Amino acid sequence: MIFYILRRILYAIPIAFGVSVVCFSLVYIAPGDPLQTVMPPDATAETIEIVKHAYGFDKPIPMQYLIWLGHVLTGNFGMSISTRRPVILEVTDALANTSLLAVFAVPLSFSIGYAMGAIAGCFPGRWLDRLVTGTAVVGVSLPNYWLGIVLVVLFAVQYALLPATGMGPSGSTNFHILEWSSAKYLVLPVFTLAMIPIGILARTTRAAVAEVRNQDFVQTLRAKGLSEWAVIRHVLKNSLPQVMAVMGLQFGYLLGGSILVETVFTWPGSGFLLSKAIINRDVPVLQGTILALSLIFVATNLVVDLLQSLVDPRIRRA
Amino acid sequence: MTGRGMKPAILAGVAALLVCGAAGAGGTLTVGMTAGDLPTTNGNPDQGFEGYRFVGDNLYDSLVLWDLSKSDKASDIKPGLATSWHIDEGDTKRWIFELRHGVKWHDGCDFTADDVLWNMRYSADEKAPEFNTAQFAQARPYLGTYAGVEKIDDYTVAFKTKVPDSLFPYEISYVLMISPCRAKAVKYDWTQYALQPSGTGPYKFDKTVPHQRLELVPNTDYWDKARVPKQDRLVLIPMPEASTRTAALLSGEVNWIEAPSPDAIDRLKSAGMQIITNVYPHNWSYQLNFVKGPFADKRIRQAANYALNRGEMKEMLNGLMLEEYATVPPTAPYYGHPIVYKYDPDKAKALLKEAGCVPCKVTFAISTSGPGQMQPLPMNELVKSQMDAVGFDVTLDTMDWNALLKLTREGVDEHPDVNGINVSRQTQDPFNALIRHVWTGAWAPKGSNWGHFSDPEIDKTIADILGEFDTEKRLALLTKLNEQMNEAAVLIFVAHDLNPRALSPKVHGFVQAQSWFQDLTPVSVSP
Repeated sequence: MIFYILRRILYAIPIAFGVSVVCFSLVYIAPGDPLQTVMPPDATAETIEIVKHAYGFDKPIPMQYLIWLGHVLTGNFGMSISTRRPVILEVTDALANTSLLAVFAVPLSFSIGYAMGAIAGCFPGRWLDRLVTGTAVVGVSLPNYWLGIVLVVLFAVQYALLPATGMGPSGSTNFHILEWSSAKYLVLPVFTLAMIPIGILARTTRAAVAEVRNQDFVQTLRAKGLSEWAVIRHVLKNSLPQVMAVMGLQFGYLLGGSILVETVFTWPGSGFLLSKAIINRDVPVLQGTILALSLIFVATNLVVDLLQSLVDPRIRRA
Repeated sequence: MTGRGMKPAILAGVAALLVCGAAGAGGTLTVGMTAGDLPTTNGNPDQGFEGYRFVGDNLYDSLVLWDLSKSDKASDIKPGLATSWHIDEGDTKRWIFELRHGVKWHDGCDFTADDVLWNMRYSADEKAPEFNTAQFAQARPYLGTYAGVEKIDDYTVAFKTKVPDSLFPYEISYVLMISPCRAKAVKYDWTQYALQPSGTGPYKFDKTVPHQRLELVPNTDYWDKARVPKQDRLVLIPMPEASTRTAALLSGEVNWIEAPSPDAIDRLKSAGMQIITNVYPHNWSYQLNFVKGPFADKRIRQAANYALNRGEMKEMLNGLMLEEYATVPPTAPYYGHPIVYKYDPDKAKALLKEAGCVPCKVTFAISTSGPGQMQPLPMNELVKSQMDAVGFDVTLDTMDWNALLKLTREGVDEHPDVNGINVSRQTQDPFNALIRHVWTGAWAPKGSNWGHFSDPEIDKTIADILGEFDTEKRLALLTKLNEQMNEAAVLIFVAHDLNPRALSPKVHGFVQAQSWFQDLTPVSVSP
């Protein structure tokens, strides 16, 4: 098992390196310029050249990459062009705020999605299956951006039950999760964020359960006289590796933050940070955020692989 | 207590209530800005003129301020940290500024001529220890003719310009002054300075949560007693998404939002919100390519202007625009009597036929969003359909704001196949309103004349303007320039924005000036 873990960790290193190259290149392939938004629209070419030199953007791109990589390896992600704050601080603050959403959205979406899928998979073709599948399709199809706006109009504007925007009455530094005055700011973004994983997980789980139910060993279990509940327990366990792979992806998605949901609710998380960095071409923040999110995905996949191998030893032997 | 004894007690009680009431009467003004992030607090802010409006001009002053007290006439400059200015009679490249006495920075230090010199090094002298690249980037575009500054005495300075520049006081109005005392106290660590900024403005910094909110409080010692803020606290929140701002106002989380979307106006009105609009120095137009392609021919530029039914555009925007027929709106003091290209499709068709350009293929670079860009996608689609109807064949090359800015700065030489760019412009001062669009000296990438327009007569008028220090005579020259620009149809004129904002009914005392900047100091918020 230890060798398996080490091997998987070693695999993650070139993936992270590849991600860093891709994210660095993408920033430069995209049209625009990192310094456009720190200057008024009328900045002259002469001014731009002086500022480019001061920020180091006049060097060849491969050179810029190597300098950036060197700094990152020593833990220095640079400074934001827009705010002049250290990128590491910008990214960690934003990730902490997004994690708060994820902490609630993950159990909510995983439990509901898995339960819905399991029920539908156990009763394929029945009205319960159709109801759950239909609900899941609606969940997947609803643009969460639109859903967020509708929820705000309903619960914040119409009935004034919940706040529409922000993270607490005076910002994230005074956010106290145990106080309702702060916690109520979580409700709408968490629910909106959870909707898509609920639909995806319900559909995946349903398909996995239905597939396992058709396998020969299920007939054998029934022939041995096991109760239907015991059979279902076996079916669910065998469908778990497939479901876990999707859960891993969705966990990464929730932890990465949603640009659209965080923008609608002005939630100061990694999605909101990323969208601002894209608009402003704040290259250091963009690179730092993408790298951090990519590493989260790599780490999540690693954990999922390990968990899958625990649930299904055949994977470890493969 | 006897009746006689009760009277003073009751009066005292009433007086105490009035005092307590008065102390909290100003309320908290909470603004939902369109900016994607909080503007920087190190002097000249980022986030465009919204950064100046809410942060820069509140924390800081410049030598020359804008008069924002009236809504019925175009704003002009007025004394700020300088009480007066005049050109040196013996040298038309030397401006003398008399500084205001008795002004203190928020940190308690006195404002003197040395501070002006320090600030100019901060923004413009790369070799000075106090030089700040980010400030240079923000201030430099306004200091095109700046050549240096010298101290005459503690309260008088002289600015030198590279060429005679009668408009220099307008340009220096964009350069905000920060406290050298505070900068030295934080050892020129600008990240630290941003967390404890010190200016001379009507508001003082109180606290901030990065990216989320900035809170300012009144500077009760402000040198202009008429502009000591009437509200108790000003809270600024970035909300780039229009629907989020609308929801925040309707739910009471903010009591002021910038730029509500046109389709939200009826809903806001029905909820009792105040919708405030006013004409201001803004244009939504197309700068054209004068080097290559159809728009090098004046007849085709005129045809494009005659093709536009601006009333239809106004209807689409729920009335939130003024039909644009010149670079500046009619309230500008130098509007004059320009040729007006009213909607006339037959004339447009005839001009295209005369020029031999049917169908007349043109490509416009446009953005999906951006500051001052209003509703760029539907507006550009409508322009395309109206131009196509008279014989043009318009292609819209859509990109994001950042990419369009890059294309704009690079100029027509780098993008010869683009026939026009849709970039909104501020037209607040004479240089930015008129000169930069048509001056040969401002050809991109050196300046904002994107399409390399050049006309010896217009260049002559501009030279006369820059060398004319008599205000009335200069006004006549500026009017002449505006009329010349229209005669040459240098832009495709479409719309002036009306600067809409929505305010809660609890917000009182706001006067919307005809300016990109606004004065928040008279505003109070009732409980």
